Amino acid sequence: MTLSREQMAMRVARELKDGYYVNLGIGIPTLVANYIPEGIEVMFQSENGLLGMGPFPTEDNVDPDLINAGKETVTTIKGASIFSSADSFAMIRGGHVDFTVLGAFEVDVEGNIASWMVPGKLIKGMGGAMDLVAAAPNIIVMMTHADKYGNSKLLPKCALPLTGAGCIKKVLTDLAYLEIADGAFILKERAPGISVEEIVEKTAGKLIVPDHVPEMQF
Amino acid sequence: MSGFDKVVHSYEEAMAGLGDGMTVIAGGFGICGIPENLIKQIKKMGVKGLTVVSNNCGVDGFGLGILLEDKQIRTMVASYVGENKLFEQQMMSGELEVILTPQGTLAEKMRAGGAGIPAFYTATGYGTPIGEGKEVREFNGRKYILEEAIKGDFAIVKAWKADRYGNAIYRHTAQNFNPMAATAGKITVMEVEEIVEPGELDPTQVHTPGIYVDRLIQGTFEKRIEKRTVRQA
Repeated sequence: MTLSREQMAMRVARELKDGYYVNLGIGIPTLVANYIPEGIEVMFQSENGLLGMGPFPTEDNVDPDLINAGKETVTTIKGASIFSSADSFAMIRGGHVDFTVLGAFEVDVEGNIASWMVPGKLIKGMGGAMDLVAAAPNIIVMMTHADKYGNSKLLPKCALPLTGAGCIKKVLTDLAYLEIADGAFILKERAPGISVEEIVEKTAGKLIVPDHVPEMQF
Repeated sequence: MSGFDKVVHSYEEAMAGLGDGMTVIAGGFGICGIPENLIKQIKKMGVKGLTVVSNNCGVDGFGLGILLEDKQIRTMVASYVGENKLFEQQMMSGELEVILTPQGTLAEKMRAGGAGIPAFYTATGYGTPIGEGKEVREFNGRKYILEEAIKGDFAIVKAWKADRYGNAIYRHTAQNFNPMAATAGKITVMEVEEIVEPGELDPTQVHTPGIYVDRLIQGTFEKRIEKRTVRQA
């Protein structure tokens, strides 16, 4: 079985460590916040200028002056801080954020990522994604292994315009967890019930398959 | 009246001198912390051919989006757009030029503009369409592109409270781009929810020192919410 969005979020959440400052991209990555392992504390950074983002407010606590980078109303947790956009990106660009989770259209064997623009389609902009990928020391890309037409999104070379060059080292898809090193994807784990053959078939970029590829446990 | 008193009493006075073809830097993220009344005044003045620098371009009918209604914006510098149909239409037809700029680079361009730094190197955008045609330099084995600072003929910002001298405090994430925008205008106009007397704000709590502010006005704000998300109590 391919991983559900929730299972993908659960698997990514296992990478979290106590004391991590974490930035979650818009979309599926936000689900990771629901699966913080027990016994650890993490703080979520929102790039519009908030460190220590809390859950959505109750109706009574909605405040138009308190939103996240997805423009949704949010709350703060105890110990939160609020700052300017320049400070926020100093944290990001300066490598102070421990862990970043992002979606993508394509990733390739050189660690390039394309996630913001499809030529011919309406271009809405990169927001903070280029700053995040250029700077975060520890990024995990969370995406489906293939597009809806079955085309692999793990490529020898990204075809779409890049968001960042040579910056991705970890990818979690609905089929597998992979790392990128020395011009290849390395298959580290497979989704429960997914064969190595299926992953090989759906990975267009060079793939190294170790002798033993453990199955993810949920 | 002190020479440091920045208070003006009408929006006409606040935006006086804004003309066709000028560059306006606006604070705000989405429609949070935007100088909504100063934007309305720009619409009222009917100036055209503006270059507007702001993270987003508002929504249809609110915020910077209203400046599209009479095609007052010629060039938009932003990191994320397309929350409004009018924007899309004018971008597609070529009436509106859009310069997409990574969000952190945009914040830093404003900060540098206000701080007298003409340009800076950043890794953001290297190897992407944003880096094309820009100077590349290597530091410690990593490649960076040269990005130029932005200055505005006007900067329009929204703060929560300010004293008459323009010392200002922002509220929650309505801060966002406002502190950098405030530094980067040849004329910086600030609107606030409340003006207090000098001495009433704790100096250590001031976010934007009054030196950056040229005109200050107290307004009332609608504070529209773009995405109202709630959980059950």
